[in-house]
Amino acid sequence: MNSDKQQKKILVGLAGNPNSGKTTVFNALTGTRHHVANYPGVTVEKKEGRCRHQDAMVHVVDLPGTYSLTAYSTEELIARHFMFDEHPDVVVDILDASNLERHLYLATQLMEMQVPLILVFNMSDVAKSKGLEFDIKQMEILLGVRIVPMVASKKKGVHELLDVILEVAGQKSKTLKVHYGAEIEEELTKIEALLGRSNETFHAKYPIRWVAIKLLEADTEVSGWVQNVAVQRQVSASREHLNTIFGDRADILIADRRYGFISGACQETIKDTVQIRHDVSDKIDAVLTNRHLGLPIFGMLMYLVFYLTFKVGQYPMHGLEYFFGYLSAQICHVWPQGTMPALQSLIVDGVIGGVGGVVVFLPTILILFLGIAFLEDTGYMARAAFVMDRIMHKIGLHGKSFIPMLIGFGCSVPAIMATRILENRRNRLATMMVIPLMSCGARIAIYALFVQAFFPKSLQGPMMMLIYVIGILLAIVCIQLLRKTLLKGETVPFVMELPPYRMPTAKGLLIHMWTRGWMYLQKAGTVILVISIILWAAISYPKPTAGELAGLSRHEQQSITLQHSVAGCVGRAMEPVIKPLGFDWKIGTALIGASVAKEVFVSQLSIIYSLGDTADETEALQQHLRADYTPLQGFCVMLFCLSTAPCVATVAITRKESGTWKWAAFQYLGLTLLAYIITLAVYQAGMFLAHVF
Amino acid sequence: MKTEGFKENSETTALDEVPAGHTVRIVRVDSGHCLNNRLASMGLLKDTEITVIRNDGAGQIIVAVKSSKIILGRGMSQKIFVAHI
Repeated sequence: MNSDKQQKKILVGLAGNPNSGKTTVFNALTGTRHHVANYPGVTVEKKEGRCRHQDAMVHVVDLPGTYSLTAYSTEELIARHFMFDEHPDVVVDILDASNLERHLYLATQLMEMQVPLILVFNMSDVAKSKGLEFDIKQMEILLGVRIVPMVASKKKGVHELLDVILEVAGQKSKTLKVHYGAEIEEELTKIEALLGRSNETFHAKYPIRWVAIKLLEADTEVSGWVQNVAVQRQVSASREHLNTIFGDRADILIADRRYGFISGACQETIKDTVQIRHDVSDKIDAVLTNRHLGLPIFGMLMYLVFYLTFKVGQYPMHGLEYFFGYLSAQICHVWPQGTMPALQSLIVDGVIGGVGGVVVFLPTILILFLGIAFLEDTGYMARAAFVMDRIMHKIGLHGKSFIPMLIGFGCSVPAIMATRILENRRNRLATMMVIPLMSCGARIAIYALFVQAFFPKSLQGPMMMLIYVIGILLAIVCIQLLRKTLLKGETVPFVMELPPYRMPTAKGLLIHMWTRGWMYLQKAGTVILVISIILWAAISYPKPTAGELAGLSRHEQQSITLQHSVAGCVGRAMEPVIKPLGFDWKIGTALIGASVAKEVFVSQLSIIYSLGDTADETEALQQHLRADYTPLQGFCVMLFCLSTAPCVATVAITRKESGTWKWAAFQYLGLTLLAYIITLAVYQAGMFLAHVF
Repeated sequence: MKTEGFKENSETTALDEVPAGHTVRIVRVDSGHCLNNRLASMGLLKDTEITVIRNDGAGQIIVAVKSSKIILGRGMSQKIFVAHI
């Protein structure tokens, strides 16, 4: 514990290709002490963490994984702005040691930016087992940077990396120039000279050579900066000139020279002792992406994930239910009799009831997210995207879109955030709009109640399945409608890397699972808490007079109170509108509750029927439902809950991720309308058939 | 349409017509400016040798390039022109 004033602060930017193991390195450096936020104005995650090494505090920023640093995507722009805006003391570029040539491409661009650079050859054990041998010393000389071999998943090389970070942070950066060949260099010199004279504002911030390269590449962002006519003229002349000599565009020529520089360095320093490259992984791929086997295997894996989720998840779920029940009972027990009953009710029914209702689903959702994280970290998810692409393509989406949809079965909130993996905005919006049709964990409570109340045991499983399938089919129809109307446009050319198969680390899986689970919990802690209190007020006030409640049991009093309250009145007022769907005021009132969080539906019904919501009384509730409604009505309730507007938290996240209220409102109203039409059709058709037969 | 304006090599074909198992050399990439850069950064550029790993005649194809595997959409693969080696 030295005095903090003495402590050096070092800012490190972590760059690297997707699949380079960048996240693993980040986790190995910072442990679990990291902070996830968004870059201002865009929905790209900003992960930061810290660690102490010797006398320094190392602050690590995990930059988005990119293949290069052009203006191609938001991620690339963010990574590139970080270099110039934040002035990192060191930039660490993570490379997959068994695929150096490709991964060094990003490194050459970092060199062009003249940042203090360290290269990490990650997964060097895998490279070794593939028969690759590196002459690190020689490579350091040829590339002009420090190189640290690492096996981040086994925490090998972490200490060495930190040592080198401290070392490089203290030095003045001396970066090697990537030489692009006489002709290009000549044009670059001309542009640089003019830039030097032009005296534009960006001079202080950006290296002149880098600006010249970007101009020659016709980089969309940098080109916009230059106002000087002489420079602009020179750039077009240079591009024209190079095109006539080489018959190719300047940006392609430069990319070509970068690879030339790389292979020059690699040829002398990498020995490939074994000739076989994609051996094992090829064999696995041959099975997993097989034309006939791919889809059944995918189906089986999905079944397994969901089976585990719901089978294993129910035990901790029951535990949590018991815990919240016990907590409520204890509070009621120790509460001084007769003092401030409104406050007691607020805490027990409003806060514990509302937040507890969300938290009990956490175990189920965590297990689902763990399963998904496992499929992602092993590299299977990319294969699944390939297998699913045939089907997804037919409905106008990419194979990748199924990943957020899958997460949607857990909770819509992280699912909508997961649409970030889709690069095309129209694709992303279309996916976002239909995610609520994937039955989330919270809706299971509703289905379970109604399926058990109205259908014999043998039909319960298939009915549950049917509801899920209807949701998926509705999603497909909606996507096609959207892609043909509001979100029209060609499917953009698709390119995606197939990551190598990897054994996931326990820590990586847990961190993955937890970041998504945390989003779900935050929803419980913030939106749901506030809304629960509002809803509690809506179902508790205005109170009936004491005379109306006289001589009634506690549960009957609750029921009368609810009927008398704002929610009850709205529910009654809604009755004419929802009558054609087979719903009455009781269901209407419960639906108002469900608009906040789906699982509230069940507890609302319990209150209406003057029942508590403990497990013992579920049976009683089912009896009441059977007495009041037909199976057709029960099915219609499920159908409506499946397809209607999402919960408040989902609306909020859709607003945030789509950038406008417009899309959130569209989703909300569109789905409400959809649910109304579908339920109306099913109920009326059902009534008609019942009448005929 | 695929071979329109093509003189470099008479044996040039679009990548989507190359069956699995064949190794070919990229002759030209015919996509827009941004996408060209993107492909280059993933290792797909002129004169690179790539091996087609999967091509089922429809849907996406998988190619191996510089020790990595890349999925390409059908449309994308029709814009990459290759020559047999």
